[in-house]
Amino acid sequence: MDTPTVIETKDLSKEYDHQVAVDHLTFSIREGEIFGFLGPNGAGKTTTLLMLLGLTRPSKGSALVCGLDPMRKAKEVKRRVGYLPENVGFYGDLDAVESLEYVASLNGIRGTEARGKIEELLELVGLSEDARKKVGAFSRGMKQRLGIAEVLLKDPEVLFLDEPTLGLDPEGAVRLIDLISQLNQERNISVLLSSHHLHQVQKISHRVGIMITGKMVAMGSIESLAKEKLGLGGREYSLEEIYMKYFPEV
Amino acid sequence: MQGLYAVFRKEICDHFTSYRFVILFALIAMISLITSYMAGIHLREDLEALAKTRYPFLMLFSTPGAMFSMVQFVAFFGPLIGLVLGFDSINRERAHGTLIKLVSQPIYRDAVINGKFLAGVMTVSVMLLSIILVITGFGLAIVGLVPGVEEIWRLFVFLIISIFYVSFWIALSILFSILFKSIVTSALASGALWIFLWLIIPVGANVLANAVAPINAHEETQAETIIKNARIKEITSLASPMVLYSEATAAIIDPMLNTTRSITLMGPMEKLLSSRFQNPLPLGQSLLVVFPHLTVLIAITLICFAVSYLVFMLQEIRT
Ligand SMILES: Nc1ncnc2c1ncn2[C@@H]1O[C@H](COP(=O)(O)OP(=O)(O)OP(=O)(O)O)[C@@H](O)[C@H]1O
Ligand SMILES: [Mg+2]
Repeated sequence: MDTPTVIETKDLSKEYDHQVAVDHLTFSIREGEIFGFLGPNGAGKTTTLLMLLGLTRPSKGSALVCGLDPMRKAKEVKRRVGYLPENVGFYGDLDAVESLEYVASLNGIRGTEARGKIEELLELVGLSEDARKKVGAFSRGMKQRLGIAEVLLKDPEVLFLDEPTLGLDPEGAVRLIDLISQLNQERNISVLLSSHHLHQVQKISHRVGIMITGKMVAMGSIESLAKEKLGLGGREYSLEEIYMKYFPEV
Repeated sequence: MQGLYAVFRKEICDHFTSYRFVILFALIAMISLITSYMAGIHLREDLEALAKTRYPFLMLFSTPGAMFSMVQFVAFFGPLIGLVLGFDSINRERAHGTLIKLVSQPIYRDAVINGKFLAGVMTVSVMLLSIILVITGFGLAIVGLVPGVEEIWRLFVFLIISIFYVSFWIALSILFSILFKSIVTSALASGALWIFLWLIIPVGANVLANAVAPINAHEETQAETIIKNARIKEITSLASPMVLYSEATAAIIDPMLNTTRSITLMGPMEKLLSSRFQNPLPLGQSLLVVFPHLTVLIAITLICFAVSYLVFMLQEIRT
């Protein structure tokens, strides 16, 4: 229980004119943990991630990422955190290697070091064959994997993945989920994973949080949530079953 | 610093490999070739004027051949270059979802706009320098004119002022690309402002001057009123960067003529004047004359930049 926390928020809130997107959010993530961040559309998941990265100013409350205040030390936070936005964009006229080279140069990685890393990462995400293909001609899944490679270039301590499996075919999604799990185990990268694919989240998450209209309504390991909502039965349960319990019966 | 350099390099690369740049460059090279050719032909016929002036070489740049002189051409087309290079610099990234990626890298956010601005300035510098070199070569070949040392200095100053002038337009277009999320809107807004500053301000200056100090054609007007009228016109039209630039370069490239002139007022009068004034302003004096103009050009560029900073730094970037 003494592992240090990588993310800690206290009463973190964001209000857009007259609308509360994130409402007094208090939670923490420990080092080496995969945290499944669940919730319906518009719950405020993306907004939370943006605040943790210092890209959006919180209306209230505070956050610490790797012990740093994202608003004050944005650059240092971004050095440690790899963020894969929900719709990653690419420069269509660059090929995979050039895209990675650009991101590498933005991270101050150059020359042979950059080349070695790029080759290794393309291998890791399975894009070695398409290294010299223009990103404009990439399929959705290939782009997603390239996005992961870009995020890993900086050797992050923490990954923020916003719906990384969106639009992937089932096999691609499974592979990506396995890759995330592998990165977590081999490199001890903490992961904040926002997703709507509950069975995938269930497969790799150590803990999950369910956010509804800006509030975290449940947080904990899947077993503890199951106990709380389904009672002690020792029977098979799925995360989906638990998740649905947080919504009024249709 | 590393972020600034990375963005700068990427943007330079993009500029020099884009069709946009190639077309723009071809267009400008073509027009400047024609302009200087016309000026050259004109000068060959008007050897008398050449004999009188101390700086025959500079006349290649200041003589309106068929339609306009090189200096007027830059005054008119420089804005277009600047605007075309920058009008979609930020909003295109936003539309493609690459801006969020850029700002989630460990760089300062301002490195994005600084890098883009500097890359634009660099591109424009290369463009203008090569045009000047082409015209110089032309002058050597057609008219057989060889530039003197002072003429080279003056051309250099002309280049610097032109770079500052176009830089202002780049800064302005980057500001528009931050303010307007839609690329089309930002293109339209830049175009509209260009036309406004180019056409409306001189006309507006006239209207204002005539309203405050009317000059009546029929009655005798007091000399005081005429001077007042002219002053108001002059000061108001300085609100236009084109006028600022034209006046500044006129003092540098056309030292025989230490009067100021506007883009539209060219022709026989100027010839008359240039044959009257025999002693050109020394370079040091010319520089003193253009110093305020240059200061204002830099100041408005900085204002554009300051606004860009404020908006971009506080802006929420979601895509
Ligand atoms: N710029 C904005 N202005 C006003 N309201 C906004 C703005 N951006 C987001 N919102 C609102 O904030 C709320 C949270 O949005 P957010 O994108 O964080 O949801 P999300 O949990 O990521 O949803 P999804 O699962 O669909 O990605 C939404 O109700 C949205 O309408
Ligand atoms: Mg979202």
